[in-house]
Amino acid sequence: MNDIERDKKYNDYVQAKIPKTKNFPTLIYSYLVGGIICLLGQGIHDAILAIWPQVTQEQANVWMLIVLIFIASFLTGLGLYDKIGIFAGGGSIVPITGFSNSITSPAMEYKKEGIIFGICVKMFSVAGPVIVNGVVISFIIGLIYLFI
Amino acid sequence: MWLLYLKVFLVGGLICMLGQILIIKTNITSARILVLFVTIGAILEALGLYDPIVEFAGAGATVPITGFGRSLAKGAIDAVKQQGLLGVFTGGLTATAGGIAAAVIFAYIFSLLFSSKTKKY
Repeated sequence: MNDIERDKKYNDYVQAKIPKTKNFPTLIYSYLVGGIICLLGQGIHDAILAIWPQVTQEQANVWMLIVLIFIASFLTGLGLYDKIGIFAGGGSIVPITGFSNSITSPAMEYKKEGIIFGICVKMFSVAGPVIVNGVVISFIIGLIYLFI
Repeated sequence: MWLLYLKVFLVGGLICMLGQILIIKTNITSARILVLFVTIGAILEALGLYDPIVEFAGAGATVPITGFGRSLAKGAIDAVKQQGLLGVFTGGLTATAGGIAAAVIFAYIFSLLFSSKTKKY
């Protein structure tokens, strides 16, 4: 069996084994779940502004994200967030709660490898690229704004 | 008031559904989705196109990860105006420090408290 033939067989095997997502229903679920998470965010934002009137709009926004991150991290710890993720797909990944989940989940998974090499290292296996790319892009944008 | 909540739901859901469409069409991993959406948010903000969406939809635009990219870009732009070159370095992370610190701290606490269960699919 030559290499090309073998590669083709392997790729066909992989294609057959990839979990298939049902196309249409997941679109609706992702829309619903994503929308509800955003609604929850707006609710928290408005509640914070109502309880502490001296908080500015910007600060309330950061508080709202922190509360959402806390909720998502807690649900991940209980193992509930992954259950939402199975049927919601993008609806659970794209909101900031997905970012929180992507940090907590590998941290828990690799806990048995120790605190330094397990939790602290693996914590950034998904969030690391996001933060690195974010810092680079904000640097580039800042540099552009410096010169215009 | 209720109109705002409707807009939050519609816009927030739409951004999440775009992510799901990408997953279905290209089998993209979640890390790449997050990176892609942060980059898109930052670029839109730099072009001045993301602020109108935030004004229109509130949390519908700030909760999705594109809002994280928006904060990075907005922080950098504001800091550059105040501090010049130093702001290029400090702006982005300063604006998003709250979110990143919260995510790291809660992940640390909850990963110590809970152990992961074996996943069943």
